[in-house]
Amino acid sequence: MNVQTYIIVSLVKIVLTIFILLTAVAYSVWLERKVVGHMQNRWGPTRVGPFGLLQPLADGLKFIFKEDLTPPHVYKPLYIAAPMLAVVFALTSISVIPIGNAITVGKFSTPLQITDVNIGLLVVLGITSLGVYGVALAGWSSNSKYSLLGGLRASAQMVSYEISLGLSLIGVLILSGSLSLREIVLAQQGTYFGFIPRWFFFQGQCFAFFVYLTSAYAETNRIPFDLPEAETELVAGYHTEYSSMKFAMFFMAEYANMITVACLATILFFGGWLGPMFGPAWLQQTVLPVLYFIAKVFVFIFVYIWVRGTLPRFRYDQLMAFGWKYLLPLAIANLVITALIVALRS
Amino acid sequence: MLHLSLFLIFGAICITGAINLLVQRHPINSALSLVVVMGSLAVEYLLLGAEFVAAVQVIVYAGAVMVLFVFVIMLLNAGEEEQTSGSRVAILFGIPGMIIGSVLLAWVLVARSGTGEVALGALPGSPRSIARLLFRDFLLPFEVTSVLVLIAIMGAVVLAARPEAVEHTKKEG
Repeated sequence: MNVQTYIIVSLVKIVLTIFILLTAVAYSVWLERKVVGHMQNRWGPTRVGPFGLLQPLADGLKFIFKEDLTPPHVYKPLYIAAPMLAVVFALTSISVIPIGNAITVGKFSTPLQITDVNIGLLVVLGITSLGVYGVALAGWSSNSKYSLLGGLRASAQMVSYEISLGLSLIGVLILSGSLSLREIVLAQQGTYFGFIPRWFFFQGQCFAFFVYLTSAYAETNRIPFDLPEAETELVAGYHTEYSSMKFAMFFMAEYANMITVACLATILFFGGWLGPMFGPAWLQQTVLPVLYFIAKVFVFIFVYIWVRGTLPRFRYDQLMAFGWKYLLPLAIANLVITALIVALRS
Repeated sequence: MLHLSLFLIFGAICITGAINLLVQRHPINSALSLVVVMGSLAVEYLLLGAEFVAAVQVIVYAGAVMVLFVFVIMLLNAGEEEQTSGSRVAILFGIPGMIIGSVLLAWVLVARSGTGEVALGALPGSPRSIARLLFRDFLLPFEVTSVLVLIAIMGAVVLAARPEAVEHTKKEG
């Protein structure tokens, strides 16, 4: 492939990925309002379009046309930069996530991800670890006590839970022997007894999965770990002083992060795009893998919403104690046991 | 060509960030300039073919250490610092010293290793080769360092804990 085609193909993939991601973000919001509504015996959005399906569009238009207030005494450069940072890091982290096999048209073939790097997982972790700046700086630059407390809580929480999040993934890395997300998925091919898939979840990484999911909820500031924006104590936490599109950016960043976390969970523990294959070659090569991937990610998004509809919020000291005293030792134990088993086997 | 220009661009960003770090009067601006320095250093590592070191640089320094810096600045609510005119000794000896030092360093590096280009992945920089070095060739120094870090952490906890808090936890536990 020469340089021109490479650049054109990459640009097309970037535009497509961002478009799909933003649509997914909009409809996760719709899904959340709908599902939580039904859990609470309400209807959720019904007015705009059939089943309220055009509600995200209406919300988006409303955000664009609302007045953009800037309170006095904010630290302007960071106040404006913070939502941008949040949304940029949230959108960038999806770039190395593979959603299916390579597409082949004639002689030309390209993987279904923006770029396949051999340290894909580290890239995702690195970019998401920068995401905390958006939240922390928003809280600080707003010059309001609620925002500051929200920002402080967010940075302490995200730094603490990042450790158990990272440790929970090492078991998977030991089993797969690679940091490339594509190779991690391919390491999970095959089945036990013909029907249990050899996904890492079934290869004994179920505790790691529990640790990962819990820390990921804390990383994305979702209930039961949404202390940074606890409405009952902090008005809205770090984005109290934001309105209009700037607020929408934080909202988009939160949902984009949710989707990235769901994609990672699918890839690392549930076999990515793998699944039972049937039908003609084009179906097996392209359509089914992408469908499986989307279905698995959808399940994780649904679980996110389900948990939000079910669990109450932690107290802040409980949150910290849970992260450091239970999740971290569990992740370390999982790592040691996995390493021992792999060492004994080889 | 692209490689070299990217290297020079990010080198320039890195140096600008470092100067901005010194010039800025607000601690949070200085901390954020340091994040920029760390980030552009990571890109330089990447261009040198050390992709693992680059990723770790971002995760550890930009993503964790600097977040703690920002956290502490936010927690203390540190205001603007006063700009001093600087000491005369620093200007008289510091700037010539810095110039001489960097010229010497550059001269030694160029004379010893040349300015040839290195292909990505040509030098040992992959996770595998770093792991070999850390966990096989230099296992003992690595473990000793980890014990040292552990001792430092425990020392910090002992120094930071107030006596009455220790008494309190003793009664509870």
